[in-house]
Amino acid sequence: MSTRLARGGRLIDRTKPLNFTFNGRRMQGYRGDTLASALLGADQMLLGRSFKYHRPRGLVASGAEEPNALVGLGEGSRFEPNQRVTTTELFEGASAASQNHWPSLEFDVGAINNTFGRFLPGGFYYKTFMFPRFAWKHLFEPVIRRSAGLGKVPQDRDADRYEYAYGFADLVIVGGGIAGLAAALQAGKEGKRVLLIEQTAQWGGRAPVDGVEIDGKPADEWVKKTVEALGKMANVTLRLRTMASGLYDHGYLLAYERIADHTPGDGRPRHRLWRIRAGHVVTATGAIERPLSFAGNDIPGVMLAGAVRDYVVNWAVSPGDRTVVVTNNDDAYRTALALADAGLIVVAVIDARTSVKGALPDAVRAKGIRVLEGRGIAKVKGSKRVTGVSVCTQAGEGGEIEAITCDAVAMSGGWSPVVHLWSHCGGKLIWDDARAMFRPDAAKPPTGDQGEAMVTAVGSANGALTADEVLADVASQIGGKAAKTNTVAEAPLEPVWIMPQGAGPQLKMKMWLDYQNDVKVSDVQLAAREGYHSVEHTKRYTTLGMATDQGKLSNINGLAVLSDALSQAIPQTGTTTFRPPYTPISMGAIAGEARGDIFQPLRKTPMDEWHGANGAYFEPVGLWRRTYCYQRPGESVHDAVNREIVNARSKVGMLDASTLGKLIVKGSDAGRFLDMLYTGVMSTLPVGKCRYGLMCNENGFLSDDGVVVRLSEDTWLCHTTSGGADRIHGWMEDWLQCEWWDWKVYTANVTEEYAQIAVAGPNARKVLEKLGGMDVSAEGLPAMEWREGLLGGLRARIYRISFSGELSYEIAVPASEGLALWKALIAAGEEFGVMPYGTEAMHIMRAEKGFIMIGDETDGTVIPQDLNLNWAISKKKADYLGKRAQERSHMASPDRWKLVGLETLDGSVLPDGVYAVADGVNANGQRNVQGRVTSTYYSPTLKKGIAMGLVKHGPDRMGEVIDFPADGGKVIKARIVDQVFYDKEGAKQNV
Amino acid sequence: MLTLECPYCGVKAEETELQAGGEAHLKRFGPGSSDEDFDGYMFMRKNPKGVHFERWRHSYGCGKWFLAARCTATLEVFGTYPAQTSEPPAELQARIKAKRPTWGGYK
Repeated sequence: MSTRLARGGRLIDRTKPLNFTFNGRRMQGYRGDTLASALLGADQMLLGRSFKYHRPRGLVASGAEEPNALVGLGEGSRFEPNQRVTTTELFEGASAASQNHWPSLEFDVGAINNTFGRFLPGGFYYKTFMFPRFAWKHLFEPVIRRSAGLGKVPQDRDADRYEYAYGFADLVIVGGGIAGLAAALQAGKEGKRVLLIEQTAQWGGRAPVDGVEIDGKPADEWVKKTVEALGKMANVTLRLRTMASGLYDHGYLLAYERIADHTPGDGRPRHRLWRIRAGHVVTATGAIERPLSFAGNDIPGVMLAGAVRDYVVNWAVSPGDRTVVVTNNDDAYRTALALADAGLIVVAVIDARTSVKGALPDAVRAKGIRVLEGRGIAKVKGSKRVTGVSVCTQAGEGGEIEAITCDAVAMSGGWSPVVHLWSHCGGKLIWDDARAMFRPDAAKPPTGDQGEAMVTAVGSANGALTADEVLADVASQIGGKAAKTNTVAEAPLEPVWIMPQGAGPQLKMKMWLDYQNDVKVSDVQLAAREGYHSVEHTKRYTTLGMATDQGKLSNINGLAVLSDALSQAIPQTGTTTFRPPYTPISMGAIAGEARGDIFQPLRKTPMDEWHGANGAYFEPVGLWRRTYCYQRPGESVHDAVNREIVNARSKVGMLDASTLGKLIVKGSDAGRFLDMLYTGVMSTLPVGKCRYGLMCNENGFLSDDGVVVRLSEDTWLCHTTSGGADRIHGWMEDWLQCEWWDWKVYTANVTEEYAQIAVAGPNARKVLEKLGGMDVSAEGLPAMEWREGLLGGLRARIYRISFSGELSYEIAVPASEGLALWKALIAAGEEFGVMPYGTEAMHIMRAEKGFIMIGDETDGTVIPQDLNLNWAISKKKADYLGKRAQERSHMASPDRWKLVGLETLDGSVLPDGVYAVADGVNANGQRNVQGRVTSTYYSPTLKKGIAMGLVKHGPDRMGEVIDFPADGGKVIKARIVDQVFYDKEGAKQNV
Repeated sequence: MLTLECPYCGVKAEETELQAGGEAHLKRFGPGSSDEDFDGYMFMRKNPKGVHFERWRHSYGCGKWFLAARCTATLEVFGTYPAQTSEPPAELQARIKAKRPTWGGYK
């Protein structure tokens, strides 16, 4: 059993016990524990079930690389799935629950997959689900939906808050082990602005656990002294619990600080996402130990040798009473020594190397521990817990030569440098044959904006294995003098990718490479046999390294197995791509403060408050909030819209049109410029008049429309759509700055400078006259003209333009006076029956008049000619943006779909976007189409459905009836009619 | 997340302050041009692995368009310059040539 030892534990405080629960069971740990060490201390070895075969799984590692021990942490609004217990600091009241099992952790029905494992080989996703086709829907999908996926989705709104922070430093050092600390000390002394970050809650890394002495003193003392020295330097910032998640272009580093994970609910933000711009990055990220591939290497109780050492030394937790160490290198002997020093039994060290000499093995032998040379583990015995191992010769096929009873196995297959950050932004790796590892290639680093090396890898992250090597590497790359350590010579490791070397299929089926995704040696070999030679393809076919741990533990083992199967060297196989984040980061941290009311900016018009107080039903238009309609008590949205339309058509309505884009274009070349931008001619527009204009992109497609106003000899005001103001302003600037930079034109986006109100309806003039001031008579202000003056005492500019088809005035005043004008108009209009109307009434009224709407009638593939807008396209102009494109044969084709009105035979409303079908089928066997609906509404004016649509040869087919299949097999018949449904002569607006 | 120095306001701008505008130094072909020329102007882009000239706008800054020469493979920035030119400054071209001797020129 695993248990808490009576003495020791450099990180725990035994005077501070902490209570927590696992699957509802009460347990106790100490301050300084991780959830992993506390669980292990409480003899909870079984922590979860594997993804595919539902095999029992326990802890393998002690840090970020842990693949198995994922739990659902917390409850209710603080529940989060898939939390690694090895990186979760214990706190009072923590509650954890195991995942991926049914009905219980101890007894899991899904484990039957384990028995039938040979039916779920590598690539089973691709093979199993192809045929027969019906089986996917009725058999596979229901089963997979139930058994796949890790953890449960939180059901409540997150109770915590999160934030972004920004950081800048000359040097960011990632990793607070002795390499990172030594580098920070040196850079700090040189006066550089240094940021040192460490993902765990402690400084020092592995050195204190490994018994390293620096300058004749235990590493812990050196670490303490160094951190104190760094703390006194004003130019050095230290941050614990901060994980460098990804390194991007030009020294942009994303880091994830877990501020309050261990103090939930204390009021601080839970996580902080640091967006750091680093002058240079030093990765001192250490190395991760590799498992060995022997049968049963996933049975709870089999752990990494370094992790076993961590649990004993850091937290005084013994993973087992009788431990077998299995290794191909000297470092694992430190685990045997640590266990022996803690008074635990090490039954044997099984070493794959045939001759083992050196200081560390000798020290182990001196303790009376057996060292078995040239041996391996044929298989591990046990199911939910290790009960023993079967020893064999490493060179053989797995015949048992000895059975050893034990309840823990500490394995070490060597160490892999953590090269993720180095690789994220283009740094290359080289294969170090002697150390059997990929390490950073200093000749091919990731580069910054000057082409300079952006990253320096130091210490174990650069392939150094001993404390001496680590500190010497820092001194040579960062500077300063390396301190002396107690490093002893170690014999080289011997690469072991399969144990034993000649293992047969039965054993290989139980050798785990990727624990979390259940990928075994046999799966990778099968992939190679089936022709998967690229490592990236093999990864996707077998799912090797695709779990949440991203293959930190054993991707190298997988690559080596693949290389062996393909009979090629490991560097020829290469690695898969390293992608951020290094370990998963919370969705909350990514969202930061952007949620709720501040998810995105909200643009409000000057009259917004009035709308809100008068029943406004709002809709978003870009970032704007506009009134869709004004609901009266007890009134439906639909009824409100219809009431507003009937009232505007019979009496008078008011629309808040302030969101309309307003761009000033000024200068001696402004007319010439607008003639290029619009399809029509704007340079000839007389001062005092308005003209409707269309803008196309260079590909000929209609991009925006609006009324252009000539304000003075050299000044025009261009109205754009509400959503298009910024885009069109940018479009103008693009052409002025990059193509016609010698033209004398200035532009300004004055959209928010003005409030604009449309007063429309037969009584519109009476309302304005009641307010009093400037002449708004038919003669004083004719249609498509504008005047400036005082209206009700306010400085106003009034345009006689109509988007509703009624007598209409659009009144612009400075934004600060918008609300005053609105209220004045409401008051003045009372006796004439004025009512405000919203955007939906505006849309329906424009459709009744057959006016187009950008985004409804256009979708980026429609040219003005399709919309019968040839009248707004100049035939005289030599050039305008989009003209050349519109000359292309396809654009001039008579077969293009053109705009018409559509009237259903039964008066119903056509569904939006439906297609009109034609006879026959296309090459894909689909029904041919001949048109589609672009706008469709119920018209309260005509008391029936009206629509516009694009139909092939439409304008030549007036009166013809075409079919629109709708949901439920229904076919709606509609007649092609003129697109203007209301007041075809335009008599209403010209009064 | 590139950083590019805006040649107008001198700010070393973050990519989030900038708007990308695609390949620089395109020659516009309008009415009267051949289908081939127009097709090239409208659709054909070099998309090189290596030295590339790009249009960028300092949208959340001074609002000016500028041009940048950078290496798409290493992300090295050779220089930025105002957009009011039909070809990269000679000095910049010489600098790129010195750093990338096999570079075939901006055309």
